[in-house]
Amino acid sequence: MTTTNNQGDNEVTMKLNRRRFIRHAATSSAIATAGALFPGISFGSWPQLANNSGLVSWQKAPCRFCGTGCGVLIGVSDGRAVAVKGDPNCSVNKGLCCMKGYHSVQALYGKDRLTTAQVRKNGTLVEVPIQEALDLIADKLKTTRELHGKDSVAIYGSGQWTIPDGYVASKLFKGCLGTNNVEANARLCMASAVTGFMTSFGLDEPMGCYEDMDHANIFVTWGNNMAEMHPVLFSRMLANRKRRTNVRIIDFATRSTRTSQAADKSILFKPQTDLAVANAICYEIINRDWVNWDFVNQHVSFHRGKTDIGYGTEDHFAFKDQAEAISFEEYSRFLEDYTPEKVEKISGVAAKDIKYLAALYGDPALKVTSFWCMGMNQHTRGTWINNLVYNIHLLTGKISTPGNSPFSLTGQPSACGTVREVGTLTHKLPHGVVMNQHHREMAAGIWDVPLSNIDPKPSYHTVEMFRALDRGDIKFIWIQVTNPMVTMPNLRRYRDGGLKGDRFVVVSDVYPTPTTDIADVILPAAMWVEQEGMFGNSERRTQHFAQIVDPPGEAMSDTWQIIEVARRLGFEQQFPWSKEDYIEKIWEEYRRFHAGPKHEMAPYSVLRERSGVQWPYVNGRETRWRFNPKYDPACSNGKDFDFYGKKDNRAWIWARPYEPAAESPDNTYNFWLNTGRVIEHWHTGSMTRRIPVLHNAVPAAYVELHPEDAAELGVVNGEMVKIISRRGEVTMPAQIQGRGVPVRGMVFVPFFDESYLINELTLDAFCPISKQPDYKKCAVRLEKA
Amino acid sequence: MPVFSYLATPKRGAKTTLCVDLAALPYCEVIPADNQDLVVLITDTPDETKEKELQKRLKSVQSLQSLSLTFGYDDHEQPGR
Ligand code: SF4
Repeated sequence: MTTTNNQGDNEVTMKLNRRRFIRHAATSSAIATAGALFPGISFGSWPQLANNSGLVSWQKAPCRFCGTGCGVLIGVSDGRAVAVKGDPNCSVNKGLCCMKGYHSVQALYGKDRLTTAQVRKNGTLVEVPIQEALDLIADKLKTTRELHGKDSVAIYGSGQWTIPDGYVASKLFKGCLGTNNVEANARLCMASAVTGFMTSFGLDEPMGCYEDMDHANIFVTWGNNMAEMHPVLFSRMLANRKRRTNVRIIDFATRSTRTSQAADKSILFKPQTDLAVANAICYEIINRDWVNWDFVNQHVSFHRGKTDIGYGTEDHFAFKDQAEAISFEEYSRFLEDYTPEKVEKISGVAAKDIKYLAALYGDPALKVTSFWCMGMNQHTRGTWINNLVYNIHLLTGKISTPGNSPFSLTGQPSACGTVREVGTLTHKLPHGVVMNQHHREMAAGIWDVPLSNIDPKPSYHTVEMFRALDRGDIKFIWIQVTNPMVTMPNLRRYRDGGLKGDRFVVVSDVYPTPTTDIADVILPAAMWVEQEGMFGNSERRTQHFAQIVDPPGEAMSDTWQIIEVARRLGFEQQFPWSKEDYIEKIWEEYRRFHAGPKHEMAPYSVLRERSGVQWPYVNGRETRWRFNPKYDPACSNGKDFDFYGKKDNRAWIWARPYEPAAESPDNTYNFWLNTGRVIEHWHTGSMTRRIPVLHNAVPAAYVELHPEDAAELGVVNGEMVKIISRRGEVTMPAQIQGRGVPVRGMVFVPFFDESYLINELTLDAFCPISKQPDYKKCAVRLEKA
Repeated sequence: MPVFSYLATPKRGAKTTLCVDLAALPYCEVIPADNQDLVVLITDTPDETKEKELQKRLKSVQSLQSLSLTFGYDDHEQPGR
């Protein structure tokens, strides 16, 4: 009895404390907001605050809820993060945030936050001390390697990994354990951008920066709903249009969105035919003689690659492209298949609209910035469409100068910083690729491991990694900061694979998810500002954040979890750092990989001080536009541009044809399925759905239908629709004339809601060059449920 | 158990009245700014029904110009698993 009473008392006390805390947080948040709106405002009657104008302290951090990289200031009171405001010193957002940013700190304090480690015993997850869980992980890693070989273990991380997280993961798995089984979820969102950059310029990441928005006259959003996915950047674009008279926004998309509504012109195209339209724009630019010949003659070379390259839907699919130099005349002849009139028939885009787009790009008086993100990257010809948009900018010379920018945006806060720059992909190293002897030597030297440890052969890209898990070629996988059991395409296969008897799945996360559901070990992770770290945003900006609040319970940073396991495996020498300064030490070690004017990173002391620093950071100067000697210290050819990434010192224009999607609607499966996000939720919603304001705004997923398709099906708003593909089915409420309206014959479903696993329907086809899956196109049929 | 905080703007010259009006409502705490025409309102209702009732009464407060939400929390609406 006594015990029961005590437990009851404790529960009541805990509830009261929690309630008091929530009230305190609510008050602090209101006072902080008032402080941001009315500087100097004072609330004398609220004595809890150390000073009357707000909170005990404000500290800088990058927002973690998209790749924009807004700088935020986090208000801390009594050791709790209670409020957020935009950082006026951050050039990205200049004090502005979107709704996710403003509410972001509430994601730290959801009621079911993971605070202890759990281990599956006899089929049930039981809580254990975290040290015991780490012992088990190290032991399993060791025995799995001994029994099944070095490539039977894998780590799968994230574009939300901090830079140190990704760095230690790569060092442990590639450098110490000798396997290239290192991948990250950015493969699912950014890989085509990387291969696009590499094939066109020989170096990854945008040449421009967000400042382009303050100079451009024309913005073309290529399949990119910036109003919801990059809202702060979109606001900056709108502000520019309002402030300057000669600014226009053209939305080029497969579905009408908030971006289309705000644009000056919305042009809709049939899925996959952006390839044909981009070629038609180039045809028109050449045909009208709008080519910038000075630029092309000096800085461009022409190439073609393989065609009819497949879709990767079968296991062990392999493809290697081969570049062949061609002349301008050959390129020009290739484009004859893409006259605006011919392309109108393929794409559904009126020839006059294609000509209109070409005229904007072709007018030397207009500065043009193209933006894209998932629409072009999640594409079975993702590398090609990236190449083709670069072609337009290269033919017209509209590149690497303020306002003239082909700009590939990232979705995640550190897809660039951690995945692309640290190189947490199977073929990559922090500098270069595993296939290159010099790059391996550099890595072995900096990592203090034998050269022979680093395997020169890439192993599995993400889709193939989960196929290998299903087949049993991989037996052990450690998943950090990501939720693949919601996000993998053709999901059922990969969930069943992870659940197979002799697979061992470790998941580090902050909340329970469908991925922790299949885990054998769950490690509670520190989230965002509960640890020190760095992110790298879309415009080559590295952003440091200090640990601002303590993680709950036994939660630990993902970096430190890896260090703990590495030491248990005997790699103390490679992971010698102390808890006090490990992030600084890791950064300074990592920075050595990028020494030199092409990618020099700022020292730790500089990162700590500023709201982000753009690389290359040379002699105390950031680089805003690459390949342009006025801004870029790596240019050395004495000309007005230097595309130093390629051996011929030129940017490459590619002849890439239109090829159809891997699966298109037919008589049985007669609709396109397109998937994506909404502004309120971050990815799979595991964090934002625990923020009441955001959750209440969009509490559940839905299927968007064109009103005429809905009428034909006989459904009205909110009625249930069954969506069926060759791989699975899901039944969910219809949304008609909501924030997005698909064209006839297409449905759209956001993927944030784990109650409706839309990826059970999607197809695991990918771009054969980038290996990035296409989440925007597969065939489904509909039934009224 | 919903908890919300708002910035409440009074009608012209009605800040004191607004404080009195809001403080008279159940589940409401009021913190007026000393040097601006602005009031912080914290509401802490025991359940959904009471929350709805309070929302209705807030709408009828005569001295209130506008309310803007700054923080929202409801245990029951969290989709924790
Ligand atoms: S735009 Fe992105 S980075 Fe900026 S506040 Fe919103 S979610 Fe955060």
